[in-house]
Amino acid sequence: MANKVVYAVYEDPEVLKSAARKLVTAGVKVRDVFSPFPIHGIDPIIGVKRTRLGIAAFMYGITGTSLALLGFWYFMIHDWPMNIGGKPNMTLYQNLPAFVPVMFEFTVFCAAHGMAITYLIRNKTLPGMPGRNPDPRTTDDKFIIEVRTEDNAQGSDAIVEMLRGTEALEINERQY
Amino acid sequence: MHSESAIREPLILGHKTYHDITADIVGPIENKAPRAWYVLLTISSLIALYGIGCIMYLIGTGIGVWGLNKTVDWAWDITNFVWWVGIGHAGTLISAVLLLFRQRWRMAINRSAEAMTIFAVIMAATFPVIHMGRVWMAYWVLPLPNTFGSLWVNFNSPLLWDVFAISTYFTVSLVFWYIGLIPDFATIRDRVTTKGMKRAYSILSFGWTGNAKAWTRFEEVSLVLAGIATPLVFSVHSVVSMDFATSIVPGWHTTIFPPYFVSGAVFSGFAMVQTLLLVMRKVMKLESYITVKHVEYMNIVIIVTGSIVGVAYITELFISWYSGVEYESYAFINRATGPYWWSYWAMMTCNVVSPQVFWFKKLRTHLGFTFFMSIIVNIGMWFERFVIIVTSLHRDYLPSSWTLFHPSWVDVGIFVGTLGIFFTLYLLFARFFPVVALNEMKSILKMSGESYKQQQAQHHHH
Repeated sequence: MANKVVYAVYEDPEVLKSAARKLVTAGVKVRDVFSPFPIHGIDPIIGVKRTRLGIAAFMYGITGTSLALLGFWYFMIHDWPMNIGGKPNMTLYQNLPAFVPVMFEFTVFCAAHGMAITYLIRNKTLPGMPGRNPDPRTTDDKFIIEVRTEDNAQGSDAIVEMLRGTEALEINERQY
Repeated sequence: MHSESAIREPLILGHKTYHDITADIVGPIENKAPRAWYVLLTISSLIALYGIGCIMYLIGTGIGVWGLNKTVDWAWDITNFVWWVGIGHAGTLISAVLLLFRQRWRMAINRSAEAMTIFAVIMAATFPVIHMGRVWMAYWVLPLPNTFGSLWVNFNSPLLWDVFAISTYFTVSLVFWYIGLIPDFATIRDRVTTKGMKRAYSILSFGWTGNAKAWTRFEEVSLVLAGIATPLVFSVHSVVSMDFATSIVPGWHTTIFPPYFVSGAVFSGFAMVQTLLLVMRKVMKLESYITVKHVEYMNIVIIVTGSIVGVAYITELFISWYSGVEYESYAFINRATGPYWWSYWAMMTCNVVSPQVFWFKKLRTHLGFTFFMSIIVNIGMWFERFVIIVTSLHRDYLPSSWTLFHPSWVDVGIFVGTLGIFFTLYLLFARFFPVVALNEMKSILKMSGESYKQQQAQHHHH
């Protein structure tokens, strides 16, 4: 049997949410949901895990802090100690207050850019990538539930039947 | 769904659907530009070209073509730098700080305010670079290995902190702005019909799909970037103020500079946002999204920050007397009564006195008056920087070297030129980019849209 994908189109995020809840309760696995803006509360229903991007940003941030500190020590203390206005320059610790601003900026720089790059790669959104949403209307005003037969024991007919009872605007089947 | 208090005024007026939002914002990009756009673009790009010509003349000839002299060795260059950086602050404040405070009214204005931030920071960065004179050595500000030792840059110096602050600020704002733009570019990609536009927006949208995980990540990135951009925006203008505050020049050596500069920056930034948005909402027919309530909220920010600035001016004045340091006292007496008294009183009038009229609801909700005030505030804030820089320098410890500063035509040309470049970039943005964050507006439509709020209110009564 060829694999089939079923798209149910909705006009309202709340209607989509209750439809998704109904499907999941009936034991159907929802592959994905496409929407023109974030639907709050959909993730736990369809089993999308919380992103770890925040943790990644923290890691990038402390990497930035450490690199900055290493740089200060090397440039200002070790390689060429500079006597500026008689300020203490013999140890990193004594000279540290003056380094706080750059340390902060570099932390932010690394956290923000590291996170942004990770985000783009994880989302597979990079320059030149083609749009992969199933229907162009999902970036305008429609909300789509995607169900695949390969994920589910039920056949496509049973899934379509179930979706018919959910105030869906259209239900489209496609083979792939 | 989260429903909003009925007392709050709607943020989207009229009976709009999700599709109407797309059509209203993307429509102007698809249609032919109005004639006024071409006229404005021509004027501003001619001014921009003149400014670029002046910059090239400056680089080719040397800093001597500016009106600087031995006593006043910073004048319009750094005044313009601080003015432009300050203007840039509103964009980040709106998109980051107001996001953390969950202020939904930011959503209609954050996109264009962030664009303004980016263009203003580009203009700001121009000045420290060209004031080096030999711009081809600008890379010397970076800690790169070199054949002088290696002799490293000085991490004790606020001027170097500024290099890091401004470059971090610029790149982080750019990334924050672009990440918000990606889903909206995808909306345009999926909507336009001509081949060229489809291709262009397809590249710009990076292949955005808008699936559940992508949106989760999107919201996480927005929140974390807002969280780190918030201290960043405060740090940037604090560092700019330390360029002055850590020196021992009377009038500059002041501990209140960081908060005072930051609130001044937000003050002038919001004024510039008003200048741009009041025109844009009219020309692009965005009255349903950028409402009078939005304008009023921004005017409230202007009066708050303007009052903080006013308190700072008066504190400065009081401390100069109370400190008992005669040089410090003289610096301030000279500001108010010396040869540059007119710039000091222009600053006081524009920044401290005139914004107080916004206590009147009639005036802060009057669009024409707001536009007028936004120009006044920006003039005032330019004079603030001029007062701080030039009047503190022109009479130093040695009366024999007292002098005045006269701007040359190159000073004026470059400043006016940056206005031209700024408006050119902004006009291009308004023509080709979604000027309102589509995805964010759609996400609040059913909470803060006028017709939906009315439905909820009726529902409540029954």
